Amino acid sequence: MTSTPPQTDQAAAGQAAPEQVTAAPADGGGPAPAVEVRGVDKVFPVAGGGATVALTGIDLTVAPGEFVSLIGPSGCGKSTLLRLVADLVEPTRGAVRVFGEPARAARQSKRYGIAFQQAGLLEWRTVAGNVELPLQVHGVKKRERRERARELLELVGLGDFAGHWPAQLSGGMQQRVAIARALAERPPLLLLDEPFGALDEMTRERMQAELARIRLETSTTVILVTHSIPEAVFLSDRVAVMSPRPGRITEIIDVDVPGRVTAPGESGGGAGGAGVPAVSAVPAVEDAVGQAEDVREQAAFFEAVTAVREALRAGGGS
Amino acid sequence: MSRITVDQPSPDQPASDQPASPAAGADPGPGTGSGPGLGLGLALGTASASASAPGPASGAGLGTGWGERLRRAALAVAALVLVCAAWEFYKLVGSPHGGRILGVPVLPRNDDTSMPHIWSVLAQLGHKEVNTADSQTVGVAVLKGIWFTLRVALAGLVAGVVVGVLLSVVMARFKVVERGLLPYIIASQTVPLIALAPLVSGWGGKLKVGSLEWQGWMTVSLIAAYLAFFPVAVGMLRGLQSPGANAVELMRSYAASWWQTLLRLRLPAAVPFLLPALRLAAASAVIGAIVAEISTGTDGGVGRLIIAYSQSATSDATKLYDAVLGAAVAGLLVAGLISLVELALARGGSGARPASNTQNAQKTQKVRA
Repeated sequence: MTSTPPQTDQAAAGQAAPEQVTAAPADGGGPAPAVEVRGVDKVFPVAGGGATVALTGIDLTVAPGEFVSLIGPSGCGKSTLLRLVADLVEPTRGAVRVFGEPARAARQSKRYGIAFQQAGLLEWRTVAGNVELPLQVHGVKKRERRERARELLELVGLGDFAGHWPAQLSGGMQQRVAIARALAERPPLLLLDEPFGALDEMTRERMQAELARIRLETSTTVILVTHSIPEAVFLSDRVAVMSPRPGRITEIIDVDVPGRVTAPGESGGGAGGAGVPAVSAVPAVEDAVGQAEDVREQAAFFEAVTAVREALRAGGGS
Repeated sequence: MSRITVDQPSPDQPASDQPASPAAGADPGPGTGSGPGLGLGLALGTASASASAPGPASGAGLGTGWGERLRRAALAVAALVLVCAAWEFYKLVGSPHGGRILGVPVLPRNDDTSMPHIWSVLAQLGHKEVNTADSQTVGVAVLKGIWFTLRVALAGLVAGVVVGVLLSVVMARFKVVERGLLPYIIASQTVPLIALAPLVSGWGGKLKVGSLEWQGWMTVSLIAAYLAFFPVAVGMLRGLQSPGANAVELMRSYAASWWQTLLRLRLPAAVPFLLPALRLAAASAVIGAIVAEISTGTDGGVGRLIIAYSQSATSDATKLYDAVLGAAVAGLLVAGLISLVELALARGGSGARPASNTQNAQKTQKVRA
């Protein structure tokens, strides 16, 4: 594993995208980066005249197919950064581009799927109905919706629960439905805002293994907001460490833990995540969980965890 | 089954505290005429014991099965019997001078003009209305009155619900409209109906659209609608605003239009708020219809009967009690109708809710473990 501040060498694993670590904008050549955040500040006005600086001087480039985690203490603006990418809030200064488009255009052309800490399933819809929601909003035909929902529920291991109601599912299962819903339109970018934050440790590790597998199978670019160091290290190609007040990225750490599920070989795909593999190709969940345990017990894993922890501490985080 | 109820606190809780505010708005109704107020109090009490028993909105589909229904029906009958027994018991032991504590009258007199026996009230239904050969019986008159009032109240209820829903949607869409309109919507319910009724009938009398002329019953329906729209507008507005920020952001992330958000998110989320509002609106519509009948002097309904029969109430109150009974029955019928609507809404409109698939629930729990 290598744990380096962004300014130094680029000893990342072979298949990593070019200029993935540099804070500078991508300079032509290859496909547009999946996400490009340049010089972004975000200031929230406060009732009574003041203002809160949530983010300042944020530069972040995420290559297609890459998995990047944003980690930091509460109030460091990591969720705000994610929401900027999703065009749910607008930057005060700077620019956010997603697959070469401004964030708004990217939202309108459905370039990303998003899931929050609360699964936020609509309780009057069945599990399948919830997964179909984005498709329905975009006028996809009923039969096609059914088929896609079935596929996705198989992908997240809930094939038998299509007709259930959200209230009948455990928290972990609901969260899986939310992720399936986020993947419904085969978005090339998946934005996750502490999706496992409310789950118990066991469920959480299981979900992480599944997310790693899903990401492998769909070759989706992922940005994950988390406050769990092991989670970030386990899942990510890179971990962006943030510090609070004002929120900024203090360090970007490359993670390379052997045996860990890594990014699929990127065939320069701006249109990554074009398809979900056949159901038969899905490895058994138990296998994934077993592999995940092996990964978590490696020395390299602990070293990466230590590196992130030190970066957090250096940044003034808790 | 019970765990489904437990697992869905969000729509139920607001629903259960909902009645508080609209109930206050319905007050002017009973206050203007003691007869209908009493009658509907009874009607609503019984309604909540029987017809509307499914309780919290989203649970309307729960508790099916004939055993459960029978048990509920039996409870409703038992409640009725208990009220009758209490009435007769007091009549037996009470004093003809009423009860006083420190000189303040707190208990009613038990003589026949104040508290007739239940059987004399029922027997009066079979007697002639007036002492002529071709007079109809009181029972028939009351039934006709119920039929008239019911139709007029329902017309008002439908109009009120439509107006209420439209208002709530407009208010949910435009914050400015909500700020500007909501205070007036609340104020509208403090205008005494008694004052309003003659005005409405005065304006209405000058209306004529094509061949359609303003009818007397339309005034009554309009006033029923005036009372009925209020709980719907307020309850529905809260329902439309109930989805959390996450759900709204999710729709935004889909680049969904406002209409799509309304259709897929806000309207279904509002159903659990709409159902109790409908129940209040139904009661208000009946109250409004009866009071409007009384104050406009519209013929044919229960309100008119109450006026007519109260003339003779000083000597024999049984006829007046029959009219009050008619008001109660009208209220019950409307409440029953609303229960049917609730069932339809809970089953179909917003998708069959968890309902009765307990087997699935059990299966889930096993899987979870």
